[in-house]
Formats: sequence, C-alpha cells, structure tokens
Amino acid sequence: MAPHTPPPLGAPRQSRDAPRSSGAARPLLEVANLTKHFVVRSGALGWSSGVVRAVDSVSFAIPAGATLGLVGESGCGKTTTSKLILALETPTAGSIRFEGRDVATLGREGKRAYRRSVQAVFQDPYASLDPRMRVATIVAEPLVINADLDAAGRRRRVAELLDLVGLPERAATLYPHEFSGGQRQRIAIARALALSPKLVVLDEPVSALDVSIRAQILNLLMDLQQRLGVSYLFIAHDLAAVAHTSRTIAVMYLGKIVEIGDADTVALTPKHPYTRALFAAALPIDLDRPPDEVAVAGEVPSPLAPPGGCRFHPRCPFAMPHCATDEPALRPESGRLVACHLY
Amino acid sequence: MSAVIDVRDLRTHIVTRWGTIKAVDGVSFALGEGETLGLVGESGSGKSMTCLSVVRLVPRPAARVVGGEVLLDGEDLMRKSDAEMQQIRGRKVAMILQDPMSSLNPVFSVGMQLREPLTMYHGLRGSAAAARAVELLAAVRIPSPAARLRAFPHQLSGGMRQRVVGAMAIAGPPRLLIADEPTTSLDLTIQAQYLGLLKELQQRHRFAMIFVTHNLGIVARTCDRVAVMYAGRIVETGPVRRLFTEPAHPYTRALLESIPRFGVRRARLTAIAGQPPDLATLGTGCAFAPRCPAAFDRCVEAPPETDVAPGHAARCWLHGA
Repeated sequence: MAPHTPPPLGAPRQSRDAPRSSGAARPLLEVANLTKHFVVRSGALGWSSGVVRAVDSVSFAIPAGATLGLVGESGCGKTTTSKLILALETPTAGSIRFEGRDVATLGREGKRAYRRSVQAVFQDPYASLDPRMRVATIVAEPLVINADLDAAGRRRRVAELLDLVGLPERAATLYPHEFSGGQRQRIAIARALALSPKLVVLDEPVSALDVSIRAQILNLLMDLQQRLGVSYLFIAHDLAAVAHTSRTIAVMYLGKIVEIGDADTVALTPKHPYTRALFAAALPIDLDRPPDEVAVAGEVPSPLAPPGGCRFHPRCPFAMPHCATDEPALRPESGRLVACHLY
Repeated sequence: MSAVIDVRDLRTHIVTRWGTIKAVDGVSFALGEGETLGLVGESGSGKSMTCLSVVRLVPRPAARVVGGEVLLDGEDLMRKSDAEMQQIRGRKVAMILQDPMSSLNPVFSVGMQLREPLTMYHGLRGSAAAARAVELLAAVRIPSPAARLRAFPHQLSGGMRQRVVGAMAIAGPPRLLIADEPTTSLDLTIQAQYLGLLKELQQRHRFAMIFVTHNLGIVARTCDRVAVMYAGRIVETGPVRRLFTEPAHPYTRALLESIPRFGVRRARLTAIAGQPPDLATLGTGCAFAPRCPAAFDRCVEAPPETDVAPGHAARCWLHGA
C-alpha cells in the first residue's frame, strides 16, 4: 500500500469515502461487546491477584460526521474505552469495526491505515506538546512518517492546518510556551487533523482551559466537524458541554453503559437513577427549574470487587431486592436504552 | 444586620521583574452570618489572592497587602500581630482548598492531624481531644469515625480527604469559612454530596462563607450573592438570581452566554473574543475593554462602581456617570 497522502482540507469527505462505503447507513465506528480486563497483582510476591473489569461488554456506534459523548465519573472506564479505540490497548473480548471491517483482523498495513484514521486530542495542552519543538515541527510530525510529502509540501500543509484552527501563519515558527492554553489546544487540534482522520477522540478537550476560552474551542471543534465531516468521540465530565456537542450520549458506570441514546433525550429526561443523579449534580444554571434531586449515597465501589446484580444498586435510592442479584440488560425505554429494573 | 466580615478597598500588589502587578485592586464586600458570597472569575483574576489577603497569607515578600481593611466582627485583621493572626486563623477563620492533599500531611494519621489544632487552640488533650476528633469526623458524615482516626490520608478517597479537611475547618467553630474551589477535584456525585454537607454545616454553625469557583452552576445552587472578578477588581456584584437574570456588566453577560446549557440547542456558543488579560501590562482603563463588544471611547478611563439596583453594582461606563 502506498503511503497515505492527505487530501486537501475542505475537500468533500464523500468523494474520498465513496469507493469504500457500501451503504449510507453503516456507522463509521461500531463497537460490540467491547471488554477489557486488567489483572492486578498485590501482596508480597504478587500472589494474590484480582481482575479489574475496566470495560465490560460495551456497545455503541458512531456515524460518520457525528459525535458520541461518553460521560461518567473517574474510574468508570471512559479512558480505557478510548484507549481501546485508539489501539493503545488490546481488547480482552468484543470487537471494534471501523468502516465495516473488524480492526482485530486487519493486517500490518491495515492497522497503520486505521491508526492514521483515528487521532486524539488530550486534556492538558501543556503536557501534550513538546516544549522544545517549534509549532511547525509539532504539527508536521505525523506527516513525516505517514504522508508522502516533501519538506515544502509539509510546510504548505502546516500552514493550511494552522489557518484551519484559527492560528496566524507566524505561529509555525514559535514554541508552545509562547501560546496561551486555548491557543495550545488549537495546536493540538491541528496536529490531530494533520492526517485527515475520520475519527478524533477528544478526551476532556476543554476542561483545562479558562471558562471564557472554552466556548471558542467548542465552537472550533463543531466548525471543523461541519467542514471536514470528521466524527468525534467526546469524553468529558462537563455534561452541558457534552450535551451541546454530541448527537448521542452514553453514560458509563463501573465499566458498563447504563444509559445510551439521543443527546437531548438523555440530557433532558434522564431515566437511569445514576444518569439522573449525574445530571442533577451537573448543576444547571436554570434558577427557576430546580434540578431533579437524586441523592446518591456513598462512593464508587472498588472496580476490583464490583457489587453483584446492578453495579449501581448499593448507591441507588430506588434499589429493589432483585437489583442485588439480577444484572439488568440495556432495554429500550422512551427512545433510549436503559439498564435498570425500574423500567 | 451586622457584618461578620467586611472587606474595604483591599489592595494586594506583587512585585515581579516585569513590574508591580495589582493582583487585588480595591476589592470590597461584606457578609453577614450564614451568608455565602460566590467569588467567580478566571484564573489570574485575583480570586485566590483576595482570599489569601483576607487571612494575611499572601506569599511574602513578593506579594504584599498594601491597603484596605478586613473587619472580622468589627476588628481589623490588618492591624493584628502575627501571633494574634495565628490564633484567629485557628479559631475564627477556616479555609478549605481545592486539593485536600495540600492541606493534609501525608505522614501523620487523620487523628493526629485533627487533634493538633484541638490542643493548640482549645486546650484539649488525651481522650478529650480524641473524643472531639471523633465528633468532628461524624459531623462531616465520615462512616465509622473512630476507626478512621488511625487512617492515613492516602488510605482515603478524594471525597473522604476533603471531608477530613472540612472537619478541621469546623473545629473552631469558625465565623468565616473560605472555600477555594473545594469541589473542583471531586467527581460529580461526590461534589453534590460535599456541597450539601457544606450547606448543612453552615446552617448549624452560621458562619459566613466565601466560595471561590469558576463554575456558575455551583454558584447558582450554593450562594446568596455573587462577585465577578476580572483583572483584580470586582466588576459586578449582586444577588445570585438578579445577576444571572439581569447581568449588567458585559463580561458577566458574555460569561453566562458562553456556557452550554441543557435543552438550549445552539449551532454556536457565544464565545468571548481574545485572551484573559496580562496583569503586568494592564493599562489604566477598563481591563475588559479590549474584549468587550460594547466598548466605546470612555472605556480608556477606569469606570467607577455604579449601583444599577439595590445591592447590585457594576463597574462599567454603560451604567450611569
């Protein structure tokens, strides 16, 4: 397979996808029963060991040009899910299908193409950019190995990318420390887009930024999606930001998806007690409509020993006796899927 | 109503290689018993420096409180000796910071850390101190408090650690509690629990509370009044409801509009242009003017504080004068 040459930015996405896509309805990314277990050893000689089910049979799909928002508290498996999709971890079970093909069965070249197509933007633009590299070098780095471009071609591409994310051309010659947090995140976005990916994993892309800058970056991300047709997996704990940017929201708790559906449906009429608590705790600024208070007792249990039955039952204000023994499956309920015995 | 805390024209300067930075530039506010003031603003706006100035813990010698009064129950803290100030910080003013690990010593057990101030400020020793420590842990809803006395900070979750810090804070009991982003490092459901706990403790002890945050949702739920800071000054202050429904300062308005809200689908958020100001190169006029959509020629002068309604004031030329 010849080295990948990125098409000019702004070129209609369909023209590139046309030869390969066999049906408009097929999602770009399809995750089915994705599972990742980590073996944890402790004790003097590492004798006693346990299994953390970080991601436990998770399924979702991301259509081309759309955003899936993944929410949940720390330790719920959001980041492990994103690492599995970025091929930084290998799944214990389950499958990831990209453009209809199972990623696990791809050959060497296929894997390389997949990695080019899936890029990431991380939370802290102070940590994710090398302070000793000029911006031009940072943004061009993915192009050096992966694109068939000479030095002049790379320079043109960098200029194009900087313009796309709203940075001046002279930014290319500067170092990361000469930029504010918001501008650094723009640099990170430019780097992620260098190879014209089809899916970008956004892991808390605005939470390290100042409040007045967050809207700029969220707007930029949505503009880029419109222009380039790229899909996002948006991971964040700012639920209002997730609801604003996503088409679908998936709520995770201790490695399981407990509710998934249309973003507005989930955000405005959450059904699962955990989702309700989460959105009530998200402190909406609506002063006239007091949030639906769902008090959640206690803390997230250790993922080494998750509770039996429904994993949320020890903290759930509506728990019933069989919640402790029967694990609820995701079932359709008022236009979304919920895993709860209440429905 | 007499004020528990009355801050008047507080000024704190930081001397740097690039010149003097006016980190707190004429800040005034007052709070009564059981009242909560939300102090909001971006990083570098002077929120935390205001709090540190109130308790006289600014990082010396670079930073110095150069003017103003801080009246706690009528007594000016700026005139107290260092020894008196230490007693006041132990009994009457308490602080909860963002990261509980920076308030707790990792090499001492929770019990030892709780008993130390009880001995220093309340003269409790031995079993009396231990009994009081258990009482304090129970007050912040830590399960099996007696057993937790032997725990070290690393054995507790983030939420539990912040509860221990809360237990130390209410030992006084304080007249003023300064909470500087106390829930920012906590998970959402734990955050909600902690905010509920703070409210409960405030109802019991009637302390005044300064709540520093950049989360306007938290302000809406926990505060009575809000002060919005920008570049070292309070640019707008008023009752929460009034400020959220009728913001008078363009910065407050822009901040409220830039936040995504549930159920309000907009193609684009209204972003605030430009970058937060660099305090070292700040001019004399309104600091927000370079980013302000409503800026006009008068903005080159610093606007005075103008009342737009009873208890609601803004520093903006659009209002009066």
